Amino acid sequence: MRRVVVTGLGMVSPLAAGVEETWTRLLAGQSGAGTITRFDAGHLATTYACEIPRGDGSDGTFNPDDWMEPKEQRKVDDFILYGMAAAEMAVKDSGWMPEGTEDRERTGVMIGSGIGGLQSIAETAVLIKERGARRVSPFFIPGALINLVSGQVSIRYGFKGPNHAVVTACSTGAHAIGDAARLIMLGDADVMVAGGAESPICEIGIAGFNACKALSTKRGNEPEKASRPYDADRDGFVMGEGAGVVVLEEYEHAKARGAKIYAEILGYGLSGDAYHITAPSEDGEGGERAMRNALRSAGLSGADVDYINAHGTSTMADTIELGAVERVMGDAASKATMSSTKSSIGHLLGAAGAVEAIFCILALRDQVAPPTINLDNPAVEPKLDLAPNAKREREIGVALSNSFGFGGTNASLVMGRIDR
Amino acid sequence: MSDIQDRTRKIVVEHLGVEEDKVTENASFIDDLGADSLDTVELVMAFEEEFGIEIPDDAAETIQTFGDAVKFIKEAV
Repeated sequence: MRRVVVTGLGMVSPLAAGVEETWTRLLAGQSGAGTITRFDAGHLATTYACEIPRGDGSDGTFNPDDWMEPKEQRKVDDFILYGMAAAEMAVKDSGWMPEGTEDRERTGVMIGSGIGGLQSIAETAVLIKERGARRVSPFFIPGALINLVSGQVSIRYGFKGPNHAVVTACSTGAHAIGDAARLIMLGDADVMVAGGAESPICEIGIAGFNACKALSTKRGNEPEKASRPYDADRDGFVMGEGAGVVVLEEYEHAKARGAKIYAEILGYGLSGDAYHITAPSEDGEGGERAMRNALRSAGLSGADVDYINAHGTSTMADTIELGAVERVMGDAASKATMSSTKSSIGHLLGAAGAVEAIFCILALRDQVAPPTINLDNPAVEPKLDLAPNAKREREIGVALSNSFGFGGTNASLVMGRIDR
Repeated sequence: MSDIQDRTRKIVVEHLGVEEDKVTENASFIDDLGADSLDTVELVMAFEEEFGIEIPDDAAETIQTFGDAVKFIKEAV
């Protein structure tokens, strides 16, 4: 099987627009949470979220005009805007912008979303009710469809290879990277632009997840303390938004053009819980199998893993995942570090797995594990180091990222340093 | 009457992101002003909204240029 490496990174997160800006703030233990400003959320059970800081583009703020022309922004839901921005960063970072027909046909896109244009769908439904079906915009459907991030990116760069989009709730970003890597391994493409994008911070999004009893509701007065994975006082996840995109490339292809290589995609594992629509199986065996499958495809064992970026959403499921990871790691658990970066950026749903894979890649590059902030009083005694409230500078040769989604859909990615 | 022409031009400029002086009598939305078929649907909706008129689909298909639009709107209001 052909080897796949990562040669470009792009990200728009609640901490900042940009990979390095986000990483610096993440390592410093900052929180992206605050009272919702996008709309008046005062009547909802949850009044806070991790919103992308918008501004003129300076100091890590996100300026939509930097990434899409204003007249084009009007035609798309925010998840597409975020995905386009992250894709542009990743493609530029990789330096892969081919002009030739064959190169373009060997370059594909697979950027997914958990929900897609939720806000557009809600607004259009209201429009029909209030003003009639004739007022529906011709851009409503292409502005809300999940695969239109992949479509838009392909149109912008002329990438004519496989064009695909994953929809597996909170596992979307991880599945997209894993599936795109497999397309390269199997020879369907030489380069894939892969990741996830999500914009769920709107009234219908918050109300919907509130109804599932999934969101934190108790910390309206201190939102930055609300996302606290593994802590005894956690009470649900904090909604985030954004996009993460990577450029994946066949190893020899990347070497031949002298590309900067961040890391290698070593393994990928998938599984289904076959248990419940929103809850993970209580013994965590679904997530455990995803991790074991990923390690097996990498030819590694739990003992080889130095850093784990947990799914860790700040819900009851945290300790289920922790148990599964400890079983996979066995006696080596005490030597590994695991953190949940959702403590800082909240839960980006379909973008989470992609953003968190990028954090693993940066952890491999910089030999540092980001912290789990707000972990003041662990709910259980962990065998793993959870990096509570402080980053861990340590040797990291192999990193594993977990993503688990509603419907019982699980994905694990194993990434490693190319020189390990 | 020039008021209708100005208001129509303003809509075209805003929706298609083109310079005002490009929006001439004979300018074709698709060939000269960079619109695609979805843009023209949205333009017609914007004309309907601005002038409080209804432009049936078969009439909308005959509106190809800025001049066509102004002429139709003048007759419809």
